[in-house]
Amino acid sequence: MTERRRERIDRGIKKRSEDVFALASWREMLYLAGPRLLPVALVLFLPPLLSPYWQKVMLSVGVFGLLAVSWDLLAQAGMISLGQALFFGMGAYGAGLLDRYLGMPPFLSLPIAAVLGGLVSTLLLLPVLRLRGIYFSMVTLILPLMLVRVIEATKIFGGTEGLSGLTPWPSVWVEMYLILGALLAALFGFRRMLAADYGLVLKGIRDNDRSVTSAGINIYVYKAQALFIAAAVGGFAGAFMTHVYLFVGMPVFALDYSILPIAAAVVGGPGGLAGATLGAAILVPLSEALRGFGGLRIVFYGVFLVVFIVAVPEGIFSFVRRKYHQFERWVEVD
Amino acid sequence: MDRVDGVDPVDQRRDDDGHPFLRVEGLGKRFGGIQAVADVSLDLARGELLGIIGPNGSGKTTLVNLISGFVRPSAGEVRFRGRRIDRMPPHRIVRLGIARTFQMVRPFYELPAYKNMIIPLFSPRVRGLVGGKYGDRDAVALDLLEEVGFERDAFVAYKPAGALPQGYLKRLELAKAMALEPELLILDELFSGLSLAEVASIVPIIEKLRQGGMTLIMIEHRLRELFRIADRVVVLNHGRKIADGPPAAVMEMDAVKSAYLGAAAETAETSDPETEAP
Repeated sequence: MTERRRERIDRGIKKRSEDVFALASWREMLYLAGPRLLPVALVLFLPPLLSPYWQKVMLSVGVFGLLAVSWDLLAQAGMISLGQALFFGMGAYGAGLLDRYLGMPPFLSLPIAAVLGGLVSTLLLLPVLRLRGIYFSMVTLILPLMLVRVIEATKIFGGTEGLSGLTPWPSVWVEMYLILGALLAALFGFRRMLAADYGLVLKGIRDNDRSVTSAGINIYVYKAQALFIAAAVGGFAGAFMTHVYLFVGMPVFALDYSILPIAAAVVGGPGGLAGATLGAAILVPLSEALRGFGGLRIVFYGVFLVVFIVAVPEGIFSFVRRKYHQFERWVEVD
Repeated sequence: MDRVDGVDPVDQRRDDDGHPFLRVEGLGKRFGGIQAVADVSLDLARGELLGIIGPNGSGKTTLVNLISGFVRPSAGEVRFRGRRIDRMPPHRIVRLGIARTFQMVRPFYELPAYKNMIIPLFSPRVRGLVGGKYGDRDAVALDLLEEVGFERDAFVAYKPAGALPQGYLKRLELAKAMALEPELLILDELFSGLSLAEVASIVPIIEKLRQGGMTLIMIEHRLRELFRIADRVVVLNHGRKIADGPPAAVMEMDAVKSAYLGAAAETAETSDPETEAP
């Protein structure tokens, strides 16, 4: 009896476009550039076609996309964060405080709050950098929940009321292209960084930190740097949202900002940041589209999550990429 | 090993000011209730090949972890060329010139063998010498792999590390340590899990390193192969040093025999109980 198994073969065009000769043909250049140009084109041309409501959803995609990229970046260095809300909240409160007490314009408070938020988050997590695996994760989960109670109890930064009446962005289009541009910059920039030697050291720390240490490399310096970069990206998203809501308060430390980025990265396929971005671009609109179900919305949302994870465990991005590069055929084996 | 143009970093700092190359004094480590290493002292001269042997659980790997800084000693001190290193973090010790291999090799399986060399070549100790350019660095990686026996013609270095047999993984581990241009190279059971033929093909690499003036510490269970190349052997048992001397002399000592062969040797040979291991 003969059995059949699926054979996967690289497409000819993939092989052809792997070297410099790809430049000789439009088809091969398009094959290479297409997947990279598609998100850029979507970001440029999609927003004006949407209704104001779905434009707001696009903003959310940008924010959660950044948080998911930040999560994936940390995961690459072996740090599984359950507390993206910490980074988000730090940036959000940073921007709120700079606006309220120093009267800073949004375009100034955004980068400063991102960097400051990144620094404070890194300093808070510095003592537990030596912890690995779930122990590190638990601390990241707890910190934002603790900070909420600190703000509530000490009534600092507006306490439970928060800070409201903050400065808005000049226009909805500035808002839109700022966050989506930042998402694309983070996606392509950090993908490049991960592909370079620096990224290899980060992945080396994840896979075998002793081996990296025995190359004379201080793994804690690299972990702290990765933490700062990821926290600043998350902080950027938070600071941006502060100037959209014109308000900052305790909800910025909410669990949503921790969990949804992880779901996005897992559904999209962790590893290369593209999956995380794609995941956010699917899950955020999906969550909005399900609003018609009212109280059952979360149930249907959960069902979709489970279906994605069970049907495409490698992640949607990895699945699509495989289909793009390879074709499959059934072959008979003895 | 003059792959790099310019000054050899080792030659620049050859002056030892009369300090011993490596001096371990009264070194001890206690893990909870277990005394893994107790009061071990030893000196190592530049250019020497020291073998460390002992039964399973005698503290050999812990001793290496103590010297290379991966474990903090609970007693005693380690001096490398006069400088105390026992309180230093491991990456600083590597930068001083002590490289080591691990018993369990865990390369980046999905990367080609020569790409596995990137992290050691990225080390602050050699980064400036190798240069950041991909072409240069990959060439250095391939040269090193050829030195440890990756046949260049067969493109073994381009295969993913996960597809390589154990013998090549051990060579890769050796090449990663050699990439750091160390002054002292510590090899933790390099021969374990290898066939006789594979060991025989690695021995000349080690001999070549010695001819280049490398100082080595080798932990081994493969005594026959070790004794052929070692100048001196230290025997550990229950974390204590029970013998230190040339290989042939050490194996004749009763304490060593009983440590290796256990009670069976004691009753069979009925050697003088006064000289038994503590």
